[in-house]
Amino acid sequence: MTTLDSLNMLAGGLFLLTAFGIVAARQARSSLGLFIAQSLLLAASALLLGLRYNSSHLYGVAVVNVVAKVILIPWILRRTLHQEIYTRREIDQVLNIPTSLLIALTLAIVAYFLTVPLQRAIEAQFRGPNIAIGFAVILLGTYTLAVRREAVPLLIALLAMENGAFFAGISLARTLPLLVELAIATDGLIVVFIAGVLIRAVHKHIGTTEVGALTRLRELTPDVQEEGSVRN
Amino acid sequence: MPLIAAALSGLPWPRLGLAATLASSLGTLALTVHVALRVVSQGAVVAIPRWIAVDGLSGVVLLLIAFVSATSALFSWGYLAANAHETASMRIYYANYNLFIFSMLAIPMFREPTLVWIIVELTTVCSALLVSFDNTHEALEAAWKYVVLSLMGAAIALLGFLVLFASMQAGGGGAYTWDGLAAAAPKMPPILLQTAFVLILVGLGTKVGLVPMHTWLPDAHSQAPSPVCALLSGVETTAVLYVILRLFPVLQAAPGSHAETWAIVFGLLSVGVAAFLLLQVRDYKRMFAFSTVEHMGIILLAAGLGSSSAVRYSALYQALTHTLTKSFCFFAAGVALLAVGTREIASVRGLIRTSPVAGVSLLFGGLAIAGAPPFAVFLSEFSIFRAGLAEGRYLVIALLVLFIGIGFFGILFHVNRMVFGSSERPSRGRVRLPASCLAALGITGLLVLAFGVYMPEPLHKLLALGATTLAR
Repeated sequence: MTTLDSLNMLAGGLFLLTAFGIVAARQARSSLGLFIAQSLLLAASALLLGLRYNSSHLYGVAVVNVVAKVILIPWILRRTLHQEIYTRREIDQVLNIPTSLLIALTLAIVAYFLTVPLQRAIEAQFRGPNIAIGFAVILLGTYTLAVRREAVPLLIALLAMENGAFFAGISLARTLPLLVELAIATDGLIVVFIAGVLIRAVHKHIGTTEVGALTRLRELTPDVQEEGSVRN
Repeated sequence: MPLIAAALSGLPWPRLGLAATLASSLGTLALTVHVALRVVSQGAVVAIPRWIAVDGLSGVVLLLIAFVSATSALFSWGYLAANAHETASMRIYYANYNLFIFSMLAIPMFREPTLVWIIVELTTVCSALLVSFDNTHEALEAAWKYVVLSLMGAAIALLGFLVLFASMQAGGGGAYTWDGLAAAAPKMPPILLQTAFVLILVGLGTKVGLVPMHTWLPDAHSQAPSPVCALLSGVETTAVLYVILRLFPVLQAAPGSHAETWAIVFGLLSVGVAAFLLLQVRDYKRMFAFSTVEHMGIILLAAGLGSSSAVRYSALYQALTHTLTKSFCFFAAGVALLAVGTREIASVRGLIRTSPVAGVSLLFGGLAIAGAPPFAVFLSEFSIFRAGLAEGRYLVIALLVLFIGIGFFGILFHVNRMVFGSSERPSRGRVRLPASCLAALGITGLLVLAFGVYMPEPLHKLLALGATTLAR
């Protein structure tokens, strides 16, 4: 095991830690900060793996990541959703934070065991901590989506899931054409932009960004029935 | 490809936007027909080797997208005019509309799976603002759910595509395209391939509306403006399902991956749950949306059964008839909405008297999508039953028939009450329906009827070609 490997291991550990942070964050702002840190760690891991396997391609990935996720995406978010991010307000979740963290921990362990057979099937040079951690971050992101109610933390959980997929990807699919990486990064920017527009529209027309409270579209809600009976 | 120009010309003025949209969608339709005919005569059309090409399977999907986008553009013309939107939002509508169509057309054309993934994600973001177009509480809620769940699915699918790439490398490498994958499949480790398939099935299945992940679909497909619903329900789901179907030849080549079982289980689950949900809907646009979930399940199931070319052919045939009929249904629902001004089934009664056109088209659409005998959906469903029985999958087919039967009664029960039921309330008076809406309705309706009795030879060949692409 080389120094680069252990450094990569460290980056991976911290990467997973930021995902836990996103699960537990109490403010939209800190969640965004954690996302930026996470993207930096992703870039760092790509750089380390690039050095380790002497792949200029991974340097490209690192650069694309820093530009898109550390600079541009936070910039767009701050531009479009300034108020959402900087008002100091508790962002609650369905479960309390210790319970959430325990569940998240279980998910991370599950992810590790899920990836064991995968690790066996691929060649040694593609193995590493990245795969298990990537899967874990995807699961944690899904979990965050399920328990959060505010729009901005939800968006950040989505972006963190994509980071997780990439974190596994830089180890698994190292020679993916750079064109594809660039296209994915551009795509991420468009996603954030559109989501920002949508969140603003929600705020303007409904007056809240607590999207968890949007529950009008149900199959059988009492108020729909009332409405129906009034109209009849 | 000329759609990029069209998308740009959608920007400046509202009138121009409409004209450009109509012209470009008609132009695209002509072009795709041309491409499809060339596919029939040559087997495949290659624009840029390794990146862009059209074969039988993508030809079918391409043709469907182009056709529905043209009729929807026609329908939008009258529908938006009748709803009197301001010019700024019309501009946004047409710009987004063109971008959405452009991204959908790109799905079947690209050959590199990760690029296809990007395009699928783009269809989500381009259509999000179309779903929220009305800016009501419900529309925004629907759009938000749509974006969040689809993007969550996309992240899972991305991991799936990356694992697929890894399994390709483990299998000896080669060009990462659909064809390259199928060629390298026998050497790939089954466990990797299976993981990739499940991740992609769950990820993209979210966007197709397969059952455990379907919750956003009835919301988005009922709250969007009707022409957009026709696109979302009729072709977007089919186009994304196409990506999943693309993996079947790859998986069949690799022994020990249980792709068929997964497809059959997800398919049956979707059909079953949708059938029961169809019984209790209160909103007629939601009703058609649930019917989309049902049909996606049927197509996936048929593809999963497909060890003979007959089953595969009928899966594609089902995709074709579903797209045509479903776009017709949403046009009919749009006309009905213009006529009565509510989406609730309970408050629509005796539509045949208040608005004969809306009533007749809703009845026609309901019968056609539920699969009543003279229509094309009946024929395609019947061919799935027959092909499935010929393979000896009795239990699966029996369940399928049962669920489709339940769905059939659900749809017809509601449609019947809406069209013929007696209304105590005074009607709103007759509404003049826009001519272009009626034209779109007429063209699609004519085709729905025509395919029930007659199948043009080139189209038959295209479907057969597509069926061979589905297998190896």
